[in-house]
Amino acid sequence: MRDAVAELVRDGDTVAIEGFTHLICFAAGHEIIRQRRRDLTLARLTPDVIYDQMVAAGVARKLIFSWLGNPGVGGLNAIRRRVEGARERSDDGDVQAATEPGNGADGSTEQEGSTGDGSAASSPLELEEYSHFGMVGRYLAGASNLPFFPLRSYFETDLPRANPLIREIRSPYGDEVVYAVPPLKPDVTIIHAQRADANGSTQIWGLLGCQKEAAFAADRVIVVVEELVDEAVIRADPNRTVVPGLIVDAVVVEPFGAHPSYVQGAYDRDNMFYRDWDPISRDAGSTEAWLREWVNGVSGRAEYVEKLGAERVESLRPGRAPSGQVDYGDYR
Amino acid sequence: MTTPAGGRAEGVQGGFTKNEMMIVAAARELAGQRVCFVGVGLPNIAVNLAKRTVAPDLELVYEAGVFGARPARLPLSIGDPTIVTGATAATSMYELFALYLQGGLIDVGFLGAAQIDRFGNINTTVIGDYEAPRTRLPGSGGACEIAINARQVFVIMRQATRSFVERIDFRTSAGNLGGAETAERIRREQGWLGRGPSVVVTDLGIYHFDASGEMRLDWLHPGVTLDDVHAAMAWEPKVAESVGTTAQPTAEELRLIREELDPTGAYTKG
Repeated sequence: MRDAVAELVRDGDTVAIEGFTHLICFAAGHEIIRQRRRDLTLARLTPDVIYDQMVAAGVARKLIFSWLGNPGVGGLNAIRRRVEGARERSDDGDVQAATEPGNGADGSTEQEGSTGDGSAASSPLELEEYSHFGMVGRYLAGASNLPFFPLRSYFETDLPRANPLIREIRSPYGDEVVYAVPPLKPDVTIIHAQRADANGSTQIWGLLGCQKEAAFAADRVIVVVEELVDEAVIRADPNRTVVPGLIVDAVVVEPFGAHPSYVQGAYDRDNMFYRDWDPISRDAGSTEAWLREWVNGVSGRAEYVEKLGAERVESLRPGRAPSGQVDYGDYR
Repeated sequence: MTTPAGGRAEGVQGGFTKNEMMIVAAARELAGQRVCFVGVGLPNIAVNLAKRTVAPDLELVYEAGVFGARPARLPLSIGDPTIVTGATAATSMYELFALYLQGGLIDVGFLGAAQIDRFGNINTTVIGDYEAPRTRLPGSGGACEIAINARQVFVIMRQATRSFVERIDFRTSAGNLGGAETAERIRREQGWLGRGPSVVVTDLGIYHFDASGEMRLDWLHPGVTLDDVHAAMAWEPKVAESVGTTAQPTAEELRLIREELDPTGAYTKG
């Protein structure tokens, strides 16, 4: 991981660590923090706790996203410290109540004023926001060499005003108005997967998110896997291949590299960690202390997993639910 | 109100919280529906309750890329592995949004909101000015596309003067815009498949939308008065000629919520 990040992730890059709740490569995000990358533009549909940690560590100057929250828990506090206009506690008591996860909207909670996360981490963070479909469409346009992606979303909303890159176009075949989003071509896309072969041909099962589109759109691709397998394993089940080795620049084997997110069939989402992150991240000091202990204080993922402890790791193992087998047939 | 905020109702046999009443009422609205797109937060528990009670054949669709989910536990996040195991289909998000949602296969989109106006327009982006918000909320996610592409939209949210507002701070998701006339013209002209919001369920009652596209109070939850409702919204609501009282949660509905769906009380406290 150290070599892949050192070689392929550069200051000022646009980086997409994709994976929708599932297969979020925290191991790569932590390595980027350890290597003190700066001025990154971080793209993800859901920045999630990983980008909250990276923003707190000062690696990012901008976010491109569609849903900014800690899924199932609340807000992303380190990011909010860099975004909200007033540092003092606002008086939106009712709104606070209205945005707690139990209240449906979307989870976002009020926080105490902050003294800041240190210079690189406390300057304003630039935001460029879309909707989920808009972000997926951006990767798709980027991957398929199109000048834009059209979608019905955004009509009669304030999103095009907030983001002038969302533009209205008229159908060439009628009077309908649709919106266009521009292609997104990350400098680097990093995806986590169950398995790949040494060439980087990668197989995923479970939620597929938009890893395929984000990988094909990128200039450089890092694949991080739970398990390195023989090429014959990939070739025995070609329908499950999401990304071919053709577009992959580095394969990193990093078991448990997606924790506290999850890997279908291998380990569960560590919901306790997502809940714990909320109080930790409410205060800049405790956020920094956590990063010191769990990111900069360990040499890599193996040491992180050891520190996590066998009991915690075992508690996240799911029961079994194997797929049936299909027969591709032997044609000679 | 006989149901004090933050606690089980006192003096009611098998008392229940306001949030439990809201979730139960929302779940019952799904009776007879076939395909439901499940939003983050309260919609998630309401839809999972409906699947176990009034709508066993309901197909649950999650934006993470799942059609026909059969979650064995209540997913904390809407991208939980339990929504995949045993599902009919796990798709890419492109397929989910393009083929299932924009393609018109969703009967009900179920959303939460931080702010809503009388026409069912929704804000989940910011409180205050966009450039320097007082509170930064999560943003659209899939909400703005669910709002116009699902055949109808259900909303579940707690009611308060700061969430039921005269004017939302940011229009993330289109409801009935400035009224039914404009909204229907735009839907027709633009070829939207959705007809917009049809139900709003709160901790105080149930609203539907009248011919002018405005929210109308049709049901009050047990123990809630019209004064309670007025005190928890910023506009003077339209009220049905005869407002009914929502049936109390049954013992089985409460058991499912407390024992199976939300044993830690994450959704139902308060």
